[in-house]
Amino acid sequence: MKSRQSALFIHRFICYSVMVILFVLAVVPIYLLLINATRSTAQINEGLSLIPGNNIAYNWNALTRRGFKIQQGFYNSVYLAFWMTLFGVYFSAMTAYGLHVYRFIGRRFLWGLILLVMMLPSSLSFIGFYQFMARIKLTDNYLALIIPTIASAGTVLFLRQYLSSILSMELVDAARIDGAGEIRTFNTIVLPIITPALATQAIFSFVGSWNNFFTPFVLLSTESKATLPMLVQKLRGDIYRTEYGGIYLGIAVSIIPILIFYAFMSRYIISGITMGGVKE
Amino acid sequence: MKQKAVSTERRLNRWGYVFVLPFLLVYFTFHFYPTVYTFILSFTDLRGLRSDFTLVGLENFAKLVRDPYFWGAVQNTFIMWGFNFAPQLGIALLLAIWFSDLRLNLKGVSLFRAVIYMPNLLTAASVALLFRSLFAYPIGPVNQFLQNTLGIYREVVRDGQVIYEAFNFFRNVTASRVIVAFIQWWMWYGHTLIMLMAGITSISSTLYESALVDGANSRQTTFYITLPLLRPMMLYILVTSMIGGMQMLDVPFLLTDMRGAPDFKIRTTSVYLYNMAFQGRNDYAYAAAISIGIFVITIILALLIFFFLQDRSELKTHVAKASEKKGGKK
Repeated sequence: MKSRQSALFIHRFICYSVMVILFVLAVVPIYLLLINATRSTAQINEGLSLIPGNNIAYNWNALTRRGFKIQQGFYNSVYLAFWMTLFGVYFSAMTAYGLHVYRFIGRRFLWGLILLVMMLPSSLSFIGFYQFMARIKLTDNYLALIIPTIASAGTVLFLRQYLSSILSMELVDAARIDGAGEIRTFNTIVLPIITPALATQAIFSFVGSWNNFFTPFVLLSTESKATLPMLVQKLRGDIYRTEYGGIYLGIAVSIIPILIFYAFMSRYIISGITMGGVKE
Repeated sequence: MKQKAVSTERRLNRWGYVFVLPFLLVYFTFHFYPTVYTFILSFTDLRGLRSDFTLVGLENFAKLVRDPYFWGAVQNTFIMWGFNFAPQLGIALLLAIWFSDLRLNLKGVSLFRAVIYMPNLLTAASVALLFRSLFAYPIGPVNQFLQNTLGIYREVVRDGQVIYEAFNFFRNVTASRVIVAFIQWWMWYGHTLIMLMAGITSISSTLYESALVDGANSRQTTFYITLPLLRPMMLYILVTSMIGGMQMLDVPFLLTDMRGAPDFKIRTTSVYLYNMAFQGRNDYAYAAAISIGIFVITIILALLIFFFLQDRSELKTHVAKASEKKGGKK
């Protein structure tokens, strides 16, 4: 009995040690980023430190002086992510509801299409998409980023699964008998019921568009339209070479909003990951 | 009376078209048409600032299959994906088994899980720039840690003298690849852990209870219950990770010089596609052929994975289930 107890103790000790190491590995890069964002280049060159410096204002100036328009980029990223999320979630809910409630010809075909599209890698259509946008003069336009989100296959799939588990047709019929039109029934009865699923999808689509570097990077050319990841990309350049503190600060600016957001929503986000994927 | 009810229902069902119309319009204009257009362009000579093109048949594909840079990029992608996926699944599986072990009863699991998942939400472009700074030469934090704390230097013999230097990680092929794989692992193993834990939760607890009654120990329940029943979930993770891995772009693109330095050895297929289309010659037609090449390789791999790793019996039950569903819905 005693040996089994000590075996359990050793097993637990190993588990906790591994957990601590992985925990440190997850936190240290972010921690170093935040600390170095507050230190001057000279301090950073002196050596590692786990204590914040007091040069954040200097770093901020060093960045913005060189045309790193943080506020503009921040605003652009929020603006784009907002509209992409709104369009993506609203129209996906509409599509999911249409597929779930109505029996129309081509419904099965559309559902099959959505499942198929989920599997296609995004790079497959990219060159054609870029050339198409160039031809209709939409390359430097936010519409080229916002409109395609209306057809988000993954969101439709998720919301339809949620609808089929939660929506009762009696409720829809009751609204119809009360004389509500189909669109109105959807907007005032169905959307409030599926709010938890909409919120989950909204979180992921907001974070997804906030993090999207590549599509805006290729499509947008006007500097004032640049998003935060596009600005961060510029920190590779030569003009920042000596401003280590500034580089760290620029990276930190794009990451901190997500960290704050995650600190409050982590439980919700983690349960959301498996909501769509696992259940049949 | 009955006739009327049927016609009302038919009239209502027409609303289905209204609800799916925005999706259909946008899908066919902004997703389907560009995909077809990519296919068409891959048979042309569209290049540079021109907008006119002529059909050149299979020329681009003939070039693609003989392009050492393309196959080099395919190789790079696989190596870096593999070095990320093996530890990703291994560590996540180990943790998932520990966390579901009632006898171990570990504390702080949900906090731990929340923290190691966190990198997954960060902007990949920013993460690439962060690691570029952390591993910088000659005085990045990693070099400082190696020198000041551990006393590790790179020893170089120059003119018969031993010189101690900082490591220039991004000049070294292996180091650069390991850093890319590490970043991918760092960003994704928390996600895999969450998926595996959800998979374990969905295994019926009566199985574990009856195993306990039969006197099975932790190892036996792991190998005879958890792992076999997690197989479909692991297969799903493998396929989605492979599809995602073939698209690996932001991190290898921004970590070095946007062309996969050192010596194009961290250039993934997607980075190569970008290099062809949007830098230098702007060879859109060839880039289109590359994207179709990536697509074909991905499909072949996905089919191979399903063919070799899916249990025959599993496959049969899937087929049975699918046909059952079809029959049931009709």
